[in-house]
Amino acid sequence: MNFLKSSVGRKVLMAITGQLMVLFVVVHLLGNSTIFIGLINSYAEHLHSLGPFVWLFRLVLLAMVLIHAFFGIQVTLENRAATPQKYAVNRTLKVSLASSSMIWTGLTLVLFIVYHLCHFTARLTSDVASYAGQVPGDVYKMVLGSFQHGLISFVYVAAMCALCLHLYHGIQSFFQTMGWNNDTSLPLISCIGRALAVIFLLGYSSIPVFILTGILS
Amino acid sequence: MSAHNEHKTMTLTLIVWRQKNANDQGKFDTYVAKGITEHHSFLEMLDVVNEDLIKGGKEPIMFDHDCREGICGMCSQVVNGVPHGGQERTTVCQLHMRKFKDGDTIYIEPWRAKAFPIIRDLVTDRSALDTIIQAGGYSSCHTGGVPDGNAILVSKPDADYAMDAAECIGCGACAAACPNSAAMLFTSAKVAQLAVLPQGKPEASERVKNMLDAHKECGFGNCSNHYECQAACPKGINVKFIAKLNREYLKAQFT
Repeated sequence: MNFLKSSVGRKVLMAITGQLMVLFVVVHLLGNSTIFIGLINSYAEHLHSLGPFVWLFRLVLLAMVLIHAFFGIQVTLENRAATPQKYAVNRTLKVSLASSSMIWTGLTLVLFIVYHLCHFTARLTSDVASYAGQVPGDVYKMVLGSFQHGLISFVYVAAMCALCLHLYHGIQSFFQTMGWNNDTSLPLISCIGRALAVIFLLGYSSIPVFILTGILS
Repeated sequence: MSAHNEHKTMTLTLIVWRQKNANDQGKFDTYVAKGITEHHSFLEMLDVVNEDLIKGGKEPIMFDHDCREGICGMCSQVVNGVPHGGQERTTVCQLHMRKFKDGDTIYIEPWRAKAFPIIRDLVTDRSALDTIIQAGGYSSCHTGGVPDGNAILVSKPDADYAMDAAECIGCGACAAACPNSAAMLFTSAKVAQLAVLPQGKPEASERVKNMLDAHKECGFGNCSNHYECQAACPKGINVKFIAKLNREYLKAQFT
């Protein structure tokens, strides 16, 4: 059977694309954190000065999202078909909220990415419309103005909760899928993965929360 | 302990899945199990109920069983939502009624997975697991004289690893417990056991690919690393074997 049709082959592709996106999540968080030291505008200018590499990077990321989401949906549909009848009593010993909601947190993240790109990248939403066309413009002021809206901040924090749940299961899952663990290392890897997921939640959410509470102004 | 206490009995309410055949819709029926002592095993408790049913001219509850010693892998019941009842490393035949108390209500369901069609009541057709084994869960070798002992050296850690994997009794609880109905723990135990031994190495690459193909063709789902299988496994087969299977599959792409 073809690698792209096999159960483990698709799982491996999902693991690799997922893990590359985790790397992006790390880099993006580090980049965003420059807002706390007042360097986000120069960071944004540096990024845009990379020219065609920005677009190359975006295309690679888009491919990652598409591959990951395509196989995620396909595999989930197959799994549903493999379990036509549910148990009347369903007591699970190990399944967690994170592991069982991967498809939903994943789809939430896809929707969030679309919104996030329309928001801070394309600047199509009304709160940032005045920044449209400026590359990159005053990012600091734009972000500050946006997150002063409670609803926008709420949507961002909610999306980061979905990211946290997704990676709570996803990071350790990568090592299991690649076969890079055993019974000794799995608990440790799981612990680190979960800690990272929580760090991402706290790190990303701190920006809207600090702006809303007026700490960052 | 007084003689009175020794004969203390329990009365339980059983809610059992009844299904005449694969095409029947099936439904839950309620039974009262009387005169159950803490020394009864779960299957013996069902024997008591069945005796009453037979005496009353009713169809007994059908269930799979054989050795009743926890080593054959025949018994297969989901008790209160967990395959084999949720006692660590215990098959349902070795689950004893002392784990329950008087007045309890117990749900008993068959393994539920597309790949395990119900034959009758709690009996399912698990031949899909045999199909997976037939696809590669063996090592081809010449028959003939008995080879000399220690002619093929196997290190102690490898032997232990293979023995741990070989503990699988093929009951199918992993697939029954898996939210995706994947029998990946079962498949991986055999792949890992043979891949680590010198006799299994020559065919390791073909084996893992063929067994995974068979796994998919039988209608099992995909593993998504819930690890529910390991928790439900009556032999405590570790999910490290699934990691090993994944590694073997990746290796097989290049060999």
